Amino acid sequence: MKREYELVENAAGRQVPAVVNGKEQVPYKGVGKHRPGGRKAAPPIASAADYPASGNKVVKDLRTALEAAGLKDGMTVSTHHHLRNGDFVANMTFDVAAEMGIKDLMWFPSASFPCQAGNIEHMDNGVIHHIEGSMNGPLGRYCSEGRMRGMGVLRSHGGRYQAVQDGEVHIDIAVIAAPTSDPFGNANALTGPSACGLLGFALADSQYADKVIVVTDNLIPFPCIPWQIQGNYVDYVVQVDRIGDPEKIVSGTTQITRSPDRQLIAELTARFVRDAGIMKEGFSFQAGAGGTALAFAIYLKEMMKEAGVKARFVRGGSTQYLVEMLEEGLTDYILDGQTFDLEGVRSMRENPGHVWTSPFTSYNYNGKGFFGTMVDAVVLGATEVDVNFNANVVTHSDGLLLHGIGGWQNCLFSKCTILPIPSFRDRIPVLVDEVTTLVGPGELIDVVITERGIAINPARRDLIDAVKGSDLPVRSIHDIKADVEKIVGGPPARPGFEDKVVAAIKWVDGTVIDCVRQIA
Amino acid sequence: MPEGRGGRRGEGVRSDCYIGIETRDSGGVEIAMKSKVESMYGQSIIDIVKDGLRFYGIEHAAVEVEDQGALPFTVMARLEIAVKRANPSETREFLPEMQSGCTYGTDRHRMRRSRLYLPGNETRFMVNAGLHKPDGVILDLEDSVHPSEKDAARILVRNALRQIDFFGSERMVRINQGELALKDLESVVPHNVHIILIPKCETGDEVKAIDEKVQTVRKERGVANEVYLMPIIESGLGAINAYEIASASPNNVALTIGLEDYTADIGTRRTPEGRESFWARSAVVNAARAAGLQPIDTVFSDVSDMAGLRKSVIEAKSLGFDGKGCIHPRQIRVIHEAFAPEEAEVERAKKIVLAFEEAEKKGLGVVSLGSKMIDPPVVKRALHTVDMAIATGVLNADWRDSE
Repeated sequence: MKREYELVENAAGRQVPAVVNGKEQVPYKGVGKHRPGGRKAAPPIASAADYPASGNKVVKDLRTALEAAGLKDGMTVSTHHHLRNGDFVANMTFDVAAEMGIKDLMWFPSASFPCQAGNIEHMDNGVIHHIEGSMNGPLGRYCSEGRMRGMGVLRSHGGRYQAVQDGEVHIDIAVIAAPTSDPFGNANALTGPSACGLLGFALADSQYADKVIVVTDNLIPFPCIPWQIQGNYVDYVVQVDRIGDPEKIVSGTTQITRSPDRQLIAELTARFVRDAGIMKEGFSFQAGAGGTALAFAIYLKEMMKEAGVKARFVRGGSTQYLVEMLEEGLTDYILDGQTFDLEGVRSMRENPGHVWTSPFTSYNYNGKGFFGTMVDAVVLGATEVDVNFNANVVTHSDGLLLHGIGGWQNCLFSKCTILPIPSFRDRIPVLVDEVTTLVGPGELIDVVITERGIAINPARRDLIDAVKGSDLPVRSIHDIKADVEKIVGGPPARPGFEDKVVAAIKWVDGTVIDCVRQIA
Repeated sequence: MPEGRGGRRGEGVRSDCYIGIETRDSGGVEIAMKSKVESMYGQSIIDIVKDGLRFYGIEHAAVEVEDQGALPFTVMARLEIAVKRANPSETREFLPEMQSGCTYGTDRHRMRRSRLYLPGNETRFMVNAGLHKPDGVILDLEDSVHPSEKDAARILVRNALRQIDFFGSERMVRINQGELALKDLESVVPHNVHIILIPKCETGDEVKAIDEKVQTVRKERGVANEVYLMPIIESGLGAINAYEIASASPNNVALTIGLEDYTADIGTRRTPEGRESFWARSAVVNAARAAGLQPIDTVFSDVSDMAGLRKSVIEAKSLGFDGKGCIHPRQIRVIHEAFAPEEAEVERAKKIVLAFEEAEKKGLGVVSLGSKMIDPPVVKRALHTVDMAIATGVLNADWRDSE
C-alpha cells in the first residue's frame, strides 16, 4: 500500500509521520529540546457594536446558533469532556450539523467518551472527517481499525491548549456545555442539574475560537457568578432541556479499589512517598480518580496524620477523599482540574481553599512555566511500561487505541513521577521490553510500583538512596519483568499492524513522539 | 464420538480457558480458538493444546478453545480435564514444570496465625495470594468447588502447586471426604503439599485412614517431604471426639474448627456473641494442647467488618487459639496484629526467657526471677510469646543484644 505521507525517525527512535492531515510536523526532539518560534494565534477582533446592548445573546436553538456562527463544510468544531460519559452536547452538535447537510468537519474534543460513540455514524456518513482529541473506547477502536478518513491526533490537556494557542489547530466554532449560564454567556459548572465543578477544558476554546456557543440547561439572570467562562468571549447562548445525564457526569461516590492486589500496590506507593522523605510538612501531591490512586490517597492520609504532616496543596481531579483532607486541615488547598464526584462539586462551590484551575495554569508547556513541575509527587496509571521506564497510556499490548492522554504527559514533569501498576493483568504483561506506543519518555518516569516490588529509575540515584534502609521491596525492573514472564509463559508476541498510520501522538511541546498504526 | 469439556466460558469469566474436545477416527487435529490475548499468546495456547494432544496420543480431534487470559498451567489443566472427561479411563498427568518457587519446605512448629482459603477451581485469586503474606494458603477442593467440578479442580490445584510461588506461605490443601478424599490425595500429595486439611472430621480412624493414604502415596511416588495434617472439627460428634482426633496421628500439627457446619449440626446458628460454640471451641483448644498441637480458630466471614474481625481474633487468642482462618487478603494483617503479643506481655516474657537461659547455662533445675520461682509451663509460654513477638515484628530477633 502506498503511504500518503513520509515517515521520519524522531529522537526516541520512533518512525513518525512528517505530515499529519496536511500539516507539516516537527518530530520529537527529546525532553525540553524544542523551541517553537513566532507569535501566538489570535481570534478575530469582535466589535460590541455587533452584539445586543441588552447583553442577551440567547438564540432559539442550537441550529440557529450554528447557522449564525457560519458553520460550513470542512470547519473545525470543538466540544469538551467536563460532562464526561454523561455529555449530550457533542452528539447534539453533530446531529444538528448532519441535519444541516454539513460535511467533512474536524471534531476537536478535549476528550471523547463512550457516550459519544454515536458520532461514529457521523464519521460513516461524512459529517465528521476525523477527530483530533483523546479517543476512548469505541471511538478509539474505530480509529484503530483504520475506518476514520483523516489521521487522529492525540494531545495531552496541556498540549491541546498549546496547539490552540500556537495556531496549530484553529477552532472555527467552540460549543461549550455549561451547567449554568446567564444570557450574556457568563458560565460556570458549580450549580444546576448538570453541575460538574469547572469548565477549565473549554477555556482555551472560549478565548481562541472564531465563534463561541454556550449551551446550557440552567439559564439564570445576569450575572452568573462566578464566571468560569467569561461572556465577553461568547457569541450565542442556547437553552436546551438537558445538557447531560447527571448520573453519568459525576459519580455519587467514587469507588476505591476492592482488589487486594491493587490495595497492596496503593499501600506500597504511600509507603514509598513517606519513606523517600517526600511526605514532609508543606509538600504537594497529585493522584487521580482511579481505584488505586484513591486507595493511595487514603493510605497517605493516614500516614500524614500519624506523622503530623500537612500538605500545602494537592492537585485534583478531586474526590470526596481529597475533600476530606481539605476539610480536616491536612492540606491548605486543592488545585483542581476536574471534580469526579458530588462531594468534589460541593466543596468547590463552598470552600475557597478548593480552587478551579485550567490546562493553562496546570499543564501548558508553551507558557511561562506551569504548575505541573512544582508538584512533589504524582501518581499515574499506564497500560504498559518498558525496561527503560518508557510508558504507554493510549494503546493496549494488543495494539488497540483505547484511551486518551489526558493530563498524563503534563504530570510527568513533577519532581517524582510514580506509576503504581499491576505487573500483569490476567495473562497480559504490563512490564514489557518495549512499549507498543511511546507516550511518556522513561527519563521522566521515576518509580514503577507493582505488587511484585518497586523499581526505581536508575537515573534517580537520590530516590534509590532515600529509601535505602527502609523495608520497601526495591528491585530492578528487569527482575520484576522476569518474574512476570515466568508466570505468563514468556514475553508476548508483538501485535500485527498494517502500514497505515491511524493516529499521531503528540508530545507536550507539539512535536510528534509516536504514532499508532492500523490494527491487523 | 467421545466428547469432553473443561473450564468456564461466557460473561464475567476471567483468567480461565474453556476447552472442548471431540476425538475422531480420522481427519487430524482441528483447533478453533478465540482468545482475549490472541495477538500476544494465541500461538502459545495452540502449542499447549497440540503438546497435550500429542502427550495423550490423540491424533484426530476437533478442539474448541475459548480463552479469557488463562495462565499456561490453567490451559494445561483444562486440556487435561477435557481429555479425561472424553476418555474416563485416561489416568496420565499432563504436568507443568515444577517452578523453583514451589519447592520450599515447612516446619512442624511454624506459626499458623492466618490461613487464607482459595477456591480450588479459580486461579485468579491464587496467583498473587502469597504476596499478602498469610502464614498459610489453602487450596480448597471441598466446599468452594461445585460437586460436578471436583475432578477439574483437583487437576488445577495440582498444577497450581507446581507453578505458583506462594512466597513462603505454608502450602495447604483442603481435601474432600470419603472416596473423593483418596483421589484428591493421589493428585496433590506428590507436589510438595505441606498440610492436608481434613474436613468434617469426626473420629480418630478418619485421620488414620487419611494418614495411611498419604503415606502410601508418598512411598509410591517417592515423596521426600513430610506431609502434615490438620483435622477440622465441624460437628457435635467431632467436638466430643476432639482429643481422639487430635492424638490419632503423629503427623497432626494443628486442630481447627469450622463453625458454620458445627452450629448447623448442633441445631443452631452462629451469633456475634458465639455463646453457642464456646464449649466446642474450648474443647478444640484443650484437645489440641493435650495432644501437643496448635489450636486454630474458625474463619471470620464478614470481609468488610475489620473491627469485628479484630475483636474476634482477640477473643480467639484469649480462648487459647494460635490462629484464625480468613477468606480475603485484607483480613491477614488484622489477624497478625491482633495475635501479636502486647508490650507488657513481651517485656515479662523476655525477662523469663533470659532467666531460663541463665539457669540452663548454670545447670540449674529451677528458674527464678528475683525471689520468685518460675514454673516450667510459664517458661514455655514465655518462649512462645517471644517467638510470636519476633514473628509479628514487635520484637527484634537480636533482642538479647540490646538487653
